[in-house]
Amino acid sequence: MTYSLNFAAVWRSFDLLLQGLALSLGLAIVAILAGCVIGLVTAFGLVSKSSVLRKPAGLYVTIIRNTPILVLVLFSYFALPELGVRLGKIESFVLTLAIYSGAYLAEVFRGGLIAVPPGQREAGLAIGLTEMQIRTSIIIPLMLRNVLPSLGSTMISLFKDTSLAAAIAVPELTFEARKINVETFRVIETWIVASCLYVATCSLLAALMRAVERRLAVPR
Amino acid sequence: MDFGFLDQLWVARVPLLKGLGVSISISLLSIVVGTVLGVFVGLALTYGYRPVKWLVRGYTDFIRGTPVLVLVLASYYVLSTVGIDLGPFQAGILALAVFCSSHVGELVRGALQSIPKGQTEAAKAIGLTFPQTFAYVLGPQALRQALPAWVNTAAEMVKASTLLSIIGVGELLLRTQEVISRTFMSLEFYFFAGFLYFVINYGIERFGRYVERKTAVPS
Repeated sequence: MTYSLNFAAVWRSFDLLLQGLALSLGLAIVAILAGCVIGLVTAFGLVSKSSVLRKPAGLYVTIIRNTPILVLVLFSYFALPELGVRLGKIESFVLTLAIYSGAYLAEVFRGGLIAVPPGQREAGLAIGLTEMQIRTSIIIPLMLRNVLPSLGSTMISLFKDTSLAAAIAVPELTFEARKINVETFRVIETWIVASCLYVATCSLLAALMRAVERRLAVPR
Repeated sequence: MDFGFLDQLWVARVPLLKGLGVSISISLLSIVVGTVLGVFVGLALTYGYRPVKWLVRGYTDFIRGTPVLVLVLASYYVLSTVGIDLGPFQAGILALAVFCSSHVGELVRGALQSIPKGQTEAAKAIGLTFPQTFAYVLGPQALRQALPAWVNTAAEMVKASTLLSIIGVGELLLRTQEVISRTFMSLEFYFFAGFLYFVINYGIERFGRYVERKTAVPS
């Protein structure tokens, strides 16, 4: 074993890694925003009294949660064009990630919705709010506070899942790392730096979520 | 999907079945190795002396902060660079087992910490040594806590096994891609592979629910 560490080559391409990281974060942010909307709508479907809404919502969640995300990524990039849906790499990946995270977030939100005491809705009805007003101004805010911890961990795992975009050659962090790896042969250094970037970003996201949780905690 | 797909499926049955077999072996191997490692990680996180605890915490946090795909790629490329000649299959299993161990470690820690202190105290009061306490009092209760989540981890591992296709392990997804590159039936074959994974994972999920019901504390 005569390998000596030399980070110089990796530092020279460090801006590429940072660009990749920025794209990873961008993919994650767009996907989580879209995923939250999908998840919220699905969660209301999951807790709905009518089975016409409940069944399809449940089916969507079950199918997506039990399929490997790599299969979904490849499917939407390579197979959807056969159905006439032609998307670019980035668009198809973000779409996949949004649909994927939507299924996980739906479960998260469902748990949060169930935990909102029914008295809150009744109080809303008592002061004459419509069903929609009750949802947007009472139930969703209360639910969000309930689910902040799981929302945070879903966000972090979603950020890590952006690495799969490398499989369809989206130039995010993992793809750039792989490129540098091939070009410079500084194998160990590249992967150390890339992993550290991921770990640092994840820790930052976790700290951010903890700060939000503290700020929104119910005062007692 | 017309008759052509079924024909092609029949032609491709052998590689696809072999791929499925490889996928299942990857999952089983990484779950077994990862669980054994993970139990030690969990024990160290709960009962380790401070330096050990910090070391293991650093390990789990680092692994959990890194995407599985990065672990797989790093394991494959790094090990061969330092002269450890593992094939993609072994390197991939190692990466998945390490990933699994960090999850199982957290799971074991959570389960052990959720057992009320009174249980340990009661065991002490009747004169059990720590190994006895663990074997008769803490272990069984922790197992009940951790089992449903562990089954979920197993489903995670089946899904993560697809990532080994990227380093060229001939598991189901790679075999599917090869079939597609010959037949150009991407819609049908991706759908088929997705369906197989769904069936396996749905089975595991249902099994997890069953385990949860069976091991629930009767109230």
